[in-house]
Amino acid sequence: MRVELDNLSKAWDGVVGADRITLEVADGEMVAFLGPSGCGKTTTLLMVAGIYRPTGGTISFDGRVVNEVAPKDRGIGMVFQSYALYPHMTVFGNISYPLRLKRLEKGEIRKRVEQVADMMGIGDLLDRRIAQLSGGQQQRVSLGRALVKEPQLLLFDEPLSNLDARLRLAMRGEIKRLQNDLGITSIYVTHDQVEAMTMADKIAVMSKGVLQAYDIPEALYDRPKTLFVAGFVGNPPMNFFDVEVMLLGGEFHAKNESLDLIVPDDRAAKAAAKEGRVVMGVRPEDVDVADDSSPRVEGLTLSAKVEVVEPLGREDLLGVVVGGVNVRLLVDKTKRAKPGDLVDLVFNMDNVQFFDPETEESLLWA
Amino acid sequence: MTITEATPPHHSTSPFPKVREKMGRRFAYGFLILSIAPILVGYSWLVIATFSIRTEGLLPRNAEGGIGGFTLSNWAFITDDAVWNAMLNSFLIAVTMVIGVGVASTAGGYALSRMKFAGRKVFLTGTLVLHAFKAEMLLIAIFFVLRWLGGIPLIGGFIGFNSVGGVALVMIALELPLGIWLMKGFFDNLPWDMERAALIDGASRFRVWWQIMLPQVRPGLAALSLFTFISGWNAYLVPFTFTVGTRVANMPVFLSQLISDTAPTNWNLVAAVGMFQMIPLIIFFIFTQELLLNIYAGGSKGT
Ligand SMILES: Nc1ncnc2c1ncn2[C@@H]1O[C@H](COP(=O)(O)OP(=O)(O)OP(=O)(O)O)[C@@H](O)[C@H]1O
Ligand SMILES: [Mg+2]
Repeated sequence: MRVELDNLSKAWDGVVGADRITLEVADGEMVAFLGPSGCGKTTTLLMVAGIYRPTGGTISFDGRVVNEVAPKDRGIGMVFQSYALYPHMTVFGNISYPLRLKRLEKGEIRKRVEQVADMMGIGDLLDRRIAQLSGGQQQRVSLGRALVKEPQLLLFDEPLSNLDARLRLAMRGEIKRLQNDLGITSIYVTHDQVEAMTMADKIAVMSKGVLQAYDIPEALYDRPKTLFVAGFVGNPPMNFFDVEVMLLGGEFHAKNESLDLIVPDDRAAKAAAKEGRVVMGVRPEDVDVADDSSPRVEGLTLSAKVEVVEPLGREDLLGVVVGGVNVRLLVDKTKRAKPGDLVDLVFNMDNVQFFDPETEESLLWA
Repeated sequence: MTITEATPPHHSTSPFPKVREKMGRRFAYGFLILSIAPILVGYSWLVIATFSIRTEGLLPRNAEGGIGGFTLSNWAFITDDAVWNAMLNSFLIAVTMVIGVGVASTAGGYALSRMKFAGRKVFLTGTLVLHAFKAEMLLIAIFFVLRWLGGIPLIGGFIGFNSVGGVALVMIALELPLGIWLMKGFFDNLPWDMERAALIDGASRFRVWWQIMLPQVRPGLAALSLFTFISGWNAYLVPFTFTVGTRVANMPVFLSQLISDTAPTNWNLVAAVGMFQMIPLIIFFIFTQELLLNIYAGGSKGT
């Protein structure tokens, strides 16, 4: 099912939940709503579900405006963070509830519930009460209940955030595979960008009720259109510097009081066109610590003192200070950096980003 | 001391902690017994008195003034139709109240907890204010209302002045502010998501209330039903005021009719009738004790 949101808004006298959200979800696609807490993800999702009445704009399914259609007639299934199972019913009672409301014939109900339960790997738990299930099992029941009515559209509201890290990883893959196999159009709300990046075909980044960007994951990462998207997508987040970009001796330099780095022409030219200071963004993986063997290229190297070292296992996350600005970088753990070390930083400027400090829009991808 | 001494220190065989524990327990029991003594003495007197000709303190006396004089004569009223009629009326009032208060409080509590409608705030504060009015203050006004209700054709006889239905109606009204607020509190504590899930699953709003939300507030409803039943069973002021004679008298009113201003009162008979009125409640408590404890402990165990 194709879903279109057109200037969709929701406000509660003064409080803005969602502000003129416009986007389109193609049939069979999985779209993630990503953003910090309170940015309006749940609000938007509940409007799509028909629980909240929009205060402006329209929702269309396959070109038909459904603003006035009741939730039960929208052909949707929804999975909640809290699972929202019915504690006074068994697993069978929960999964079969939508079918019982449709007054399907008993044998048919049993057949479909068992089929879905087997698909979710909870076929042997059908007679259990909800309180006797683990969190992971409860979430499977909740997913089963959403799937059993064969919905045209699946809505997920942070379905995995109550699970432990390992289970979350497993369920992530499972949901994605399921969605792919069944080809159900899905909207997946999360504040976990790894979840969004790995599962979604497209990501809608939201902030304060406003849609900041809507694009495929790689585009959001490599070509962020706003400062917010650049800072929010990517973990650890992008480093930002206030610099001036200028042409010196045939090369573009990004300069301020404490750094002077050479920038590739194609990107720098657009930044230099802007008068005065701009915001330069460099991702943590594009800064490295030089060791004895690495060449110190003039214009790409900078010395700094290590403040913090956070071992992540495969890599170390270093916190260094450059001209009063905290900079985070990911380095190989064989570099054995320690707090207090004076190190030479080597910048890879091929992926550098530039933003207008006033409008916070990208100077490269506008 | 030998080297085989291996008892860990916290399994100490020293007698002192045990003694202290014992003394502490004795003290606790002593305190509890002392504080419930007045009630215990009261009930003991009640039981003894019902089986005696007369009593002096807790001691039964026979005609000669010696200890003894046990009799079953005080219980002779059991064969009297009037007392059974009063019992039936008590029961009808209490059960009607449980049903009326239960239905109105769960429906009203849900609406106040979950729905937006004009006048909701006013209604909420209004019921709270109403609760502050004692029944005594409203008796005269209620009398006029009941008389008017009695004038309605067909059903008037069941809900007007001097009818069991009328008494129950008034008692329900007096009980509702508490009931509605109590149930609203229980509904307030339920997650919205469960309700949303049911709506998406295809349930109507009424069905959500009936099939999904009500089962979650069962402990609250049980507690409310219990309080309501007891208050209906023991109701005195309202039935006393709005009934005449013995036909619609309930147990407490029947009891009060035994205490006459003109003739000497047989207190041992009064005790026996009072005891008789308590028996259903005692049986009820024995069977619902566990449930009650759960409710008072604030747990929703058993749902
Ligand atoms: N029923 C409501 N009444 C008033 N304001 C609301 C209501 N629901 C949400 N809001 C407000 O709307 C804004 C968006 O809330 P929403 O629940 O959509 O955030 P979210 O992105 O889902 O956040 P989270 O990640 O914490 O779940 C918040 O400022 C919130 O306070
Ligand atoms: Mg949310």
